[in-house]
Amino acid sequence: MRFILRRLWFYVVAAFVAITINFIIPRLMPGNPLEAYLGKNQGSAVLTHSALCAIAEQLNTTYQHCGHKQPGIFVQYWDYLVNLAHLNLGVSATYDTTVAHEIALTLPWTAALVGFSTILAFALGTLIGIVAAWRRGGATDGSLPALSFFQGIPYFFLALLLQEIFTVHWHFLPSTGGDSTSVVVGMNWPFIASALEHSILPAATLVLASMAGWSVGMRNVMLTTISEEYVLAAQAKGLSTRRVVWTYAARNAILPNIAGFANALGLAVSGVLIMELVFSYPGIGNTLYQAVTGEDYPLLQGIFLVISLSVLAANFIADGVYVILDPRTRRRAAD
Amino acid sequence: MINTLTDPPADSTAANALKVDLPSAKYSIFKRIWATYKNTPFKFKLGLAIIVFFVLLSVIGPFVAPYNPNANITSSAGVNLAPSATHLLGTDSTGEDVLSQVLIGTGPTILLGLITGVIATSFSVIVGLLAGYYGGIADEIISLFTNVFLVIPALPLLIVLVAFIQGGNITMALVLSVLGWPWGARVIRAQTMSLRNQDFVAAAKETGESSLRIMLVEILPKLVSIIASSFIFTVLYAIAASVGLMYLGLGDVNSITLGGMLFNASNQSAFILNEYWWYLPPGLIIAVFGMGLVLLNYGLDEIGNPRLRDASKRQKIGKRNIRPSDPTPVLALLNRQVGLFGRISKLPFEEEAGKNKSKKHSLYGRA
Amino acid sequence: MKRLFSPKKSENLLLDLSGSSGPDLDKPVLSVEDFSIVYRSAHGDVKAVDHVSLELARSEVLGLAGESGSGKSTLAYGACRLLRSPALITGGKVTYAGRRAPREGIDITSLNAHELRQLRWKEISIVFQSAMNSLNPVITVGAQLDDAIKAHMPLDKHDRHERAGTLMDLAGIPRQRLRSYPHELSGGMRQRVMIAMALAADPDIVIMDEPTTALDVVVQREILTQIIEIKEQLGFAIIFITHDLSLLLELSDRIAIMYGGKLLEIAPTKNLQHKAAHPYTEGLLASFPSLTGPKKALAGIPGSPPDLRSLPPGCPFFPRCRHAGAACRSVDMLLKNVSKTLEEVHLSACPFHPGPGADKRWRAPDMIEDVIRIGGGEKTQSDPGYIDSLETLEKGSI
Ligand SMILES: Nc1ncnc2c1ncn2[C@@H]1O[C@H](COP(=O)(O)OP(=O)(O)O)[C@@H](O)[C@H]1O
Ligand code: SF4
Ligand SMILES: [Mg+2]
Repeated sequence: MRFILRRLWFYVVAAFVAITINFIIPRLMPGNPLEAYLGKNQGSAVLTHSALCAIAEQLNTTYQHCGHKQPGIFVQYWDYLVNLAHLNLGVSATYDTTVAHEIALTLPWTAALVGFSTILAFALGTLIGIVAAWRRGGATDGSLPALSFFQGIPYFFLALLLQEIFTVHWHFLPSTGGDSTSVVVGMNWPFIASALEHSILPAATLVLASMAGWSVGMRNVMLTTISEEYVLAAQAKGLSTRRVVWTYAARNAILPNIAGFANALGLAVSGVLIMELVFSYPGIGNTLYQAVTGEDYPLLQGIFLVISLSVLAANFIADGVYVILDPRTRRRAAD
Repeated sequence: MINTLTDPPADSTAANALKVDLPSAKYSIFKRIWATYKNTPFKFKLGLAIIVFFVLLSVIGPFVAPYNPNANITSSAGVNLAPSATHLLGTDSTGEDVLSQVLIGTGPTILLGLITGVIATSFSVIVGLLAGYYGGIADEIISLFTNVFLVIPALPLLIVLVAFIQGGNITMALVLSVLGWPWGARVIRAQTMSLRNQDFVAAAKETGESSLRIMLVEILPKLVSIIASSFIFTVLYAIAASVGLMYLGLGDVNSITLGGMLFNASNQSAFILNEYWWYLPPGLIIAVFGMGLVLLNYGLDEIGNPRLRDASKRQKIGKRNIRPSDPTPVLALLNRQVGLFGRISKLPFEEEAGKNKSKKHSLYGRA
Repeated sequence: MKRLFSPKKSENLLLDLSGSSGPDLDKPVLSVEDFSIVYRSAHGDVKAVDHVSLELARSEVLGLAGESGSGKSTLAYGACRLLRSPALITGGKVTYAGRRAPREGIDITSLNAHELRQLRWKEISIVFQSAMNSLNPVITVGAQLDDAIKAHMPLDKHDRHERAGTLMDLAGIPRQRLRSYPHELSGGMRQRVMIAMALAADPDIVIMDEPTTALDVVVQREILTQIIEIKEQLGFAIIFITHDLSLLLELSDRIAIMYGGKLLEIAPTKNLQHKAAHPYTEGLLASFPSLTGPKKALAGIPGSPPDLRSLPPGCPFFPRCRHAGAACRSVDMLLKNVSKTLEEVHLSACPFHPGPGADKRWRAPDMIEDVIRIGGGEKTQSDPGYIDSLETLEKGSI
């Protein structure tokens, strides 16, 4: 319990840092968000002076013709925090909706994709690692170096290759998008089937690219665990090989892998953000890209914040799992 | 056979006990190099070979490139050519020779990774050493900071930074370095902390060595393998990130780099038009170079961890792989199992494989 | 003998105690014959156990002593076929003849993995040297104990729990400790858990490999007392391995001395202590201060243990023996009975020792003619036959 509380404290600090970075970055940027906004919406409407000032306030920026002065940086920061507390992320400059709405539309796609693929890759990779270690020198073990090819390949290039092979060449799977245009978004079977079909390639890319790391990690820890005396003791007890492998070797060897989840998840998220572009996947990565090219600061800020907080939350869960699996952490609050 | 009667009697005992095995002295330098080579993990050798190959390629590349990739648009007829004798890897949509671009573009791509690796790893070493050695409140703050940076996903931040700090490859390397150091700092800090509490550090303190000297002379050499591994991962991260950012059109996409090539290829629909000669070479070079780095790191792991190295070795007795779950093999049984054509047909422990579970018999039922 | 731990439920004991199929109770429960084990390595094979023969009587405490690296653990684990690669059993037989075994016993070296799993723990269990390392740190001791019971006894969950509790009582640990994780227990407590664990399936033999070496003296004494108490109750036989001969003198019925993978001397404890018949044993006895008598100088044994990859022919103790002579390099390492009485067996491998109870006047080994004749030189080199057959195996033809 103490361990969990300590970690919770850490995540609160991390979230605070992420929120602060999010506040600082746009203010370090060259260019004026208001001008960017106006440039985007040129000709669409002639704004009155007061409307302009309202938008300027919205965008947390100054506009020289507005009467009010830019508030001090700490006041701005306080306002920003208050807005956050009300889940008010501002208005998108490109989409003409609130940032929160835009994120709510796209985040589920990415979260589902990353969540499912990462867990699948973790499970498959760990399994391969166990087999490779127990049958060291066997076929599985021998093929691990080849798997590292997928560790070196950039996600988006692997995505492009898979797309090329399965859609351009074989017309096997849909190449882009999140669902087919003919279905109605909602909890109906045609939509779900279509969404699943469209996510096969993105998921396959993610799984292929991240599985190798898990396998080799698991294999190496498992090899050292097998030579632990408690594994020998379990064999001496006359337990079945299955029991020895799972309860005494793999059970312990998986712990470092779970501890390494933070790093891996960060990589996976980074990879996904670019990969979505390849598949025109309707996730948050695509929106992020739109925000960058459109210099849409509020959207950019909102997305960065939401991604950071989601990754923090996932890490917190992984920490919790670790605590459940390793009783030793429950007493001495490990680092 | 030793002639027992003429051998020196009892007084030779001490000499006998002191006889030390010195195999190294017996062999020539070549044999020793060969032995070292043989004992190096395969992964390490393969990884190193890949890296050396591409580093050489990027050094020699610009001199042997058949065409000048900056001489834009050789001829409009030469656009999007498939590989041929004149253009070994074909041409791109502006008629430029792909092979020349690859030969020239590999260098900057790898260099960017190396520069980032050097800057970020130096920073990791400084932060990790100081935090780990001094401990205390400074360490608390630093390690909190590194851990926070570790869990905040880097790419969105990178995209934002690179998008707005416009600049060339050096700028990109700097930005990548800023975000690339926490992982290394964390592992170096942890290792320094455990080294700090060991006897040799205490001994050095006794003799009045300065803290700086202890860190640099006593501790740093013992961190080499961790630093190497952190450097390797940083280079891998930097190359992947820079290529990814370029693919998004961020950074200097007009400079000739592998990332820029991929950006142009995808922009000009090379994937949809199946112009594999254009997009495959840069992508594969990145992937194989990355694989080399990964393998090198696994090799280093094995060298640094003798237990892992021993455990990684295939355990064979009489042509048979022995698994950890197998009972100790018995020579007499191994012998008995040799069937026709000299093949070992079946070892006793193989029955475990469970093909014929029904035939399980009780240990005690054999009476 | 009344057995506290005969299983409650109708366990399928294949031993029919009334009939004739049971083992001969006068025969040893375990006999090791001419047993050899090597560790294969590129720089030459380590002959960790070399032609060892040994018998363990029912309910006996047999001490196995020797410097570390002399092959004690290899012998014990090898007898259970527990050694991992690169270990290879190159010869010999290990016959187990416990209560449940058939009359002629079971040759462990001929068992397959499935049969071995039935034998392990139920017949022969082990208390490992370091309890911290031999308990899985992330599983409760109760679950680990339950694993051992479940694998060998057809009891339901409740009965298993009850049995685990009884075992904890027996080993002197509070029952609620079943829910503890290993790191929550003290060192002595952990070793007690291992003892309870070893008794889980009611074995005939318990091998104890330096069970108290990692503990401080007071705890060590408590645990040894407890072990002997339990042994008196349950009547299993113990092979007690240690490098501390003084411990064995108080504990064991008989003591075997190992050196360089070979047995040098086996004798009842009293004989070994007072009438040692091998210079190495004498050295060992001299190297610890006796608790009762005046403090002797730690005479010890000069030199270091031999390199097991290339043992010279003859007596392995030759380089360090103060009585050594040229003839020692060609003696056969045969254990010979040097006992003066009929009912006791006292085996020693030193043919030159004047023998127990003799006037202890040594004659230089070179001058004993009959011994020189025995050691013809050729037979002394330990049998390289296994190397030939291995090579044949590896070449794939025979
Ligand atoms: N896995 C192994 N590979 C090679 N040699 C080994 C291995 N395990 C033990 N040995 C060697 O076998 C000899 C006997 O070891 P061991 O049985 O552990 O001795 P003891 O238990 O008496 O201390 C030692 O010389 C040791 O170096
Ligand atoms: S045979 Fe020789 S060397 Fe060996 S113990 Fe006896 S006297 Fe000593
Ligand atoms: Mg031992």
